[in-house]
Amino acid sequence: MAGILACGAYIPRFRLGRETAGWGSPLEKAVGNFDEDSVTMAVAAAQDCLRGLDRSQVDALYFATTTPPYLEQQGSALIAEALDLRPNVFAADITNNLRGGTIALRAALDAVLAGSARQALVVAADCRMSAPRGELERSLGDGAAALLIGRDSGVAEVVASHTITEHMLDTWRTPQDTFIRSWEDRFIIEEGYQRVVPQVVSEFSQKTGVVPRDIGKVALYAPDARRHQDMARRLGFRPEQVVDPLFGKVGNTGAAFTLMLLVSALETAKPGERILAVGYGDGGDAYLFQATERVGEVRQGRRLVSRYQESRRILPTYETYTRWREVWVSEAARRPPPPVPSVSALWREKEENIRFYGSRCNACGYIQYPPQRVCTKCQAADQMTPIRLAETYGTVFTYSMDYLAGTIDTPLVLAVVNFEGGGRWLGMMTDREISEVRIGMPVELTFRKLRTVGGVHNYYWKCMPVRA
Amino acid sequence: MESIRDRVAIIGMGCTKFGERWDADAMDLMVEAAYEAYQDAGVSPKDIQAAWVGTVGSFSTGQGLAEALKLDYIPITRCENACATATDAFRNACYAVAAGIYDIVLAMGVEKLKDSGASGLVTPRGPSSDVEPPTPPPAQFALAATRYAHHYGIPMDQLKRILAKIAVKNHHNGTLNPKAHFQREVTEEQVLNAPMIAWPLGLYDCCGVSDGAAAAIIVRADWAKNFRDDYVLVKGLGLAVGGKQGLLHDDYDFIHFPENIRAAQIAYQEAGVKNPRKEIDLAIVHDCFTITELILYEDLGFTERGRGPAEVEAGTFTLEGELPVNTDGGLKCFGHPIGASGIRMIYEVYKQLQGKAGPRQIKKTPRLGLTHNLGGRPGSFTGAVAIFGRRD
Repeated sequence: MAGILACGAYIPRFRLGRETAGWGSPLEKAVGNFDEDSVTMAVAAAQDCLRGLDRSQVDALYFATTTPPYLEQQGSALIAEALDLRPNVFAADITNNLRGGTIALRAALDAVLAGSARQALVVAADCRMSAPRGELERSLGDGAAALLIGRDSGVAEVVASHTITEHMLDTWRTPQDTFIRSWEDRFIIEEGYQRVVPQVVSEFSQKTGVVPRDIGKVALYAPDARRHQDMARRLGFRPEQVVDPLFGKVGNTGAAFTLMLLVSALETAKPGERILAVGYGDGGDAYLFQATERVGEVRQGRRLVSRYQESRRILPTYETYTRWREVWVSEAARRPPPPVPSVSALWREKEENIRFYGSRCNACGYIQYPPQRVCTKCQAADQMTPIRLAETYGTVFTYSMDYLAGTIDTPLVLAVVNFEGGGRWLGMMTDREISEVRIGMPVELTFRKLRTVGGVHNYYWKCMPVRA
Repeated sequence: MESIRDRVAIIGMGCTKFGERWDADAMDLMVEAAYEAYQDAGVSPKDIQAAWVGTVGSFSTGQGLAEALKLDYIPITRCENACATATDAFRNACYAVAAGIYDIVLAMGVEKLKDSGASGLVTPRGPSSDVEPPTPPPAQFALAATRYAHHYGIPMDQLKRILAKIAVKNHHNGTLNPKAHFQREVTEEQVLNAPMIAWPLGLYDCCGVSDGAAAAIIVRADWAKNFRDDYVLVKGLGLAVGGKQGLLHDDYDFIHFPENIRAAQIAYQEAGVKNPRKEIDLAIVHDCFTITELILYEDLGFTERGRGPAEVEAGTFTLEGELPVNTDGGLKCFGHPIGASGIRMIYEVYKQLQGKAGPRQIKKTPRLGLTHNLGGRPGSFTGAVAIFGRRD
């Protein structure tokens, strides 16, 4: 037996929408800030999932995305450190596949059922890019989802699954491409999505005897809103069975999409309810879950899809978005260019920079960040215990706003943050409205990509106003 | 522990015109400052027995000074201690003379900043993980301004007006100084309406970036009268170096700079100053930002904590005020060539104590003058305070 023990989601704070000058559509889509990517969003969704749980129990991590920051270099290894998972965790990336989220789910289930992992964390995140004004631009969105799979029925037991694998160039991207390529729409929809998904679902029904009317909620992948509505009808689902695909709100989040809809389904599922999740891309997957008596626990302290969707801000201009994506190249500040970060220094400092450990003095109890050898209060040497501060809330003690820092989000908000329970940190604030920044404001930490220099993506934590 | 008081004296000083010295490199600037000092002291380069040179980024060894001045295989130490570099070079030179190792030495501070092509301050950095916020000094000092307003419940527009008065005062003094980079009056409105650099600090809350050098010739006090009658005695030298306590201690308040207080305590004790407000006749201080000057009025004991704004309103620190501060225009008008500023400050005190400050000479005959030089950022500073006096 295997099941979902917990789930989490992440949707960036910002949206392109009706009020966005130059966007030209009443439909919204979620867009990551300039400092977000698939890794940072995966960390956020996994933090949501793992809230209140013992992370040391996670034996395996699967990260699915079509937009990994590196082609050679494991995203899941970095995510595991940012999540403060055990060093002997098994980690794997499942990249290059639009169906990566459901493929990763299968890998996690197999690991749990085979006994190689007692708990396996699946996290899927994507931030796919269309050319500006391109055909796909309106339907694509950024987001992430996480599922903790275990050998227990959890909040939803995995009942059955079915898979088809089929090679087809419908949408694709080479390592040289920034934007997604696609073949003629009529071919890729009719011979791709509209043929494969019904085939997966029908074979699944034949195999299990479960037909659409037996299902409470269907989390159905679709390239866009029209195809989603059409497919649900074609498969025989009534509108009330269909999980809102979030088109016009978040958008198609690629490898994360089906899992985000599954999380959405779990948020409102009733005990005993059956949920079908269908993924598509290079074939298709169908999974059937049954909510248990404990399904209400998924919401405990978590934001999931619904709260992240509500906590949103509409970007004032489309130009801001194109600057974030570096499609619109801004004039560099009249400052020396940032140096290539020292990789050896990054490696040496990973506990403080990525795991975000401070230290607590064993002699006097004082908490200090970054970790110190000699206590700043009592001068006791080498008597420190690491203490992770990444999930600790804080308040802004003082701040400033730098108009000449040369960052994309000018002005750069510099904040002195005091952590609940002790400790202080000087850091950058992201996802903020200038008008809301004030002394005493509550903040949380968020894992972000500071910048990319010399091919090195430099990740670190920033603070941000606490999201509702 | 012994005091430096009355053990060494300055017998000559030089200071270049500060500014965007497109015409000069660091070598040129050092030659200008040194030869003015030689002439002022009536000594020749051959008389110099040892030298200390402060620079943060212009060159990296004592050889830079030897090359510029063609000093003849004498011991030279290059000194660096953040923006308080020049004061520390001067301090080390004083100690070597006080120790009796040398009779006559040169202390030089120099910086050539304006070749970087960047606006704002550019300082060299070694390789690092580079996760620290990419914030130049204005954003760091602005943290103190934001907190100061909050702590005392002063509306920000009111604090900004107080800070503007400090800028207006220093700009006025700068108009009286031909060596200053900026020699132009500014109005409170101009200051308040200037472009934002790092909120809440606008353009005129920030000192400029410039090139310059300043030099001092130091001898044993008992030797000084052989060179001139109006030599200036070193009365106290205080240095306090922070270890990032303000960023590691979550109870640090950002409205005072402990390094200032410690450095001043040392210097006051050495100089025998009990009541700085009454005993110090003028002060040349590190107004890298207007908020820095406001806070250090309180740190140096010129007024009580929280009383800075009221004193500014009262005009206490203007040229005509009770305790003139930055009579030469300060960093506000000289800019801040990092390794040069500390000795440039001493140059003004030296001239004022000699009564040679021209149109900006303070009204009363000064007995004690103070310099205050500060490097780093709120949370971790190198604070340097020096006190000088006329011969009795």
